[in-house]
Amino acid sequence: MIATSSRRRVLPGFGLTLGFTLLYLSLIVLVPLSMLALRTASMGWGPFWATVTSPRVLASYRLTFGASLAAAALNGVFGLVVAWVLARYRFPGQRVVDALVDLPFALPTAVAGIALTSLYSSNGWLGRPLEALGLKVAFTPLGIVVALTFIGLPFVVRTLQPVIEDLDVEVEEAAASLGAGRRQTFAHVILPALFPAWITGFALAFARALGEYGSVVFIAGNMPMRTEITSLLIITKLEQYDYAGATAIAVVMLAASFLLLGAINRLQSWASRRGAVA
Amino acid sequence: MRRALTEPPVVRGTLLAVAVVFLALFLVMPLAAVFAQALEKGLGAYVSALRAPDAWAAIRLTLLTAAVAVPLNLVFGLAASWAIAKFEFPGKGTLLTLIDLPFAVSPVISGMIFVLLFGRQGLLGPWLGAHDLKVIFAVPGIVLATVFVTFPFVARELIPVMQALGNEEEEAARVLGAGGGQIFLRVTLPNVKWGVLYGVILCNARAMGEFGAVSVVSGHIRGLTNTIPLHVEILYNEYNFQAAFAVASLLAFLALVTLLARSLVEWRSRRAVRSDEPAREAA
Repeated sequence: MIATSSRRRVLPGFGLTLGFTLLYLSLIVLVPLSMLALRTASMGWGPFWATVTSPRVLASYRLTFGASLAAAALNGVFGLVVAWVLARYRFPGQRVVDALVDLPFALPTAVAGIALTSLYSSNGWLGRPLEALGLKVAFTPLGIVVALTFIGLPFVVRTLQPVIEDLDVEVEEAAASLGAGRRQTFAHVILPALFPAWITGFALAFARALGEYGSVVFIAGNMPMRTEITSLLIITKLEQYDYAGATAIAVVMLAASFLLLGAINRLQSWASRRGAVA
Repeated sequence: MRRALTEPPVVRGTLLAVAVVFLALFLVMPLAAVFAQALEKGLGAYVSALRAPDAWAAIRLTLLTAAVAVPLNLVFGLAASWAIAKFEFPGKGTLLTLIDLPFAVSPVISGMIFVLLFGRQGLLGPWLGAHDLKVIFAVPGIVLATVFVTFPFVARELIPVMQALGNEEEEAARVLGAGGGQIFLRVTLPNVKWGVLYGVILCNARAMGEFGAVSVVSGHIRGLTNTIPLHVEILYNEYNFQAAFAVASLLAFLALVTLLARSLVEWRSRRAVRSDEPAREAA
């Protein structure tokens, strides 16, 4: 407490900077976001429930959650391989590959959307050979999974990579000197140490995919009940001036993403506590 | 002993091949597709697609939007990180969570909240209408939505950097008689300049490339409320693929420059502060 008050005396600008921070935060973030609560409250429970459980909306949840889960799972598997290769191996062009992993963060989603659509459409570089094998990607749920995999790609890699780099090699040496093969060391020593970061990356990719719009709308085909994601449904309602309906669906999606992010936070504090004990 | 610490060569080769094929398929091919299709009809068609009046209007609006959003969020980031890193106060954890809030809100919902506030049937809609002001389906709405989605970038980069640096240097400057502005410009800013630059680069990339949020508030009026990403969408939906990819190639180029600048800044800051771990960005 004494340290606090003396600190305040020493450095200037506390009132000014905190005041500005709170004012700007309120104007740009809190007031606009509170509109969701206001609209929902004025709606009443009956209409709210009817909107968020109508068949077309339910179909969009199933598609959005299913495709996001599939994409996060794909990234979970391949992201682990990429992170491992980047952290442990040395190969030519490594720095370029490392920088390129962040492309989905930097490339605007609309550009990703049209690029993936042209790649996987029936006369695209990948769509044509895949269609010859009987696999249609563009304008099907599979196309949505492809777009969401692109969007979520950096999350698993970037949460795992620093953890792999920081792994204590001595523990692996100990396992090896006690007679463990590489496979055993990996399964019993390395994987458990990576698990918290891995599941965090998975959850971040999943959360990001739930709200994604730009990269998906081009490749999805957007057929109601079949390839219509929830974000698009919100826009459709807004365009029909059905603000209440759009808000209701948005509140459900926002609640899902807050729950996920809350779980991620708890997971991370659990992981750091476990790390401190070990 | 050495052999047991790494995978057998066959496994190493396989893992490397899997990683390279996965990244080639999901990162390199989409990027290559953008440039290939942009140049499909030759350089002349490429240049004329970029020089079309509507494309120019979109480029100007995107530059204007970024020119408002980035400085605003830079000032906010500097103020917030000074208050949070240099002082102790109750509710700091809550404030940090609130600053991160825009990252948790999906693009479409980010645009929607401004429609609920300023739209024709929004809270302030009647008042705006009576005063003949337009926010939604106009430039102010686009700028506001962009400011919202890029809100946390600078603050989020700066807060951990400033916290890691501590207060000693600033306090020494204070004891030696420096004023607040002097301390900030001469002591703090030089120490955190790479963090500031990093945050600004990320903020700018998102401001210029945002699609979902801006799409909701724009109204898609050609030549008036179209940013570059929205113009790409219009051209694409008109089956004018070559022009769509030509305009999109500008954004792809911006993304590559962003990645390059980011790598350079990371490399420089690692060299400048060997002992301090650079804050890694998680989202």
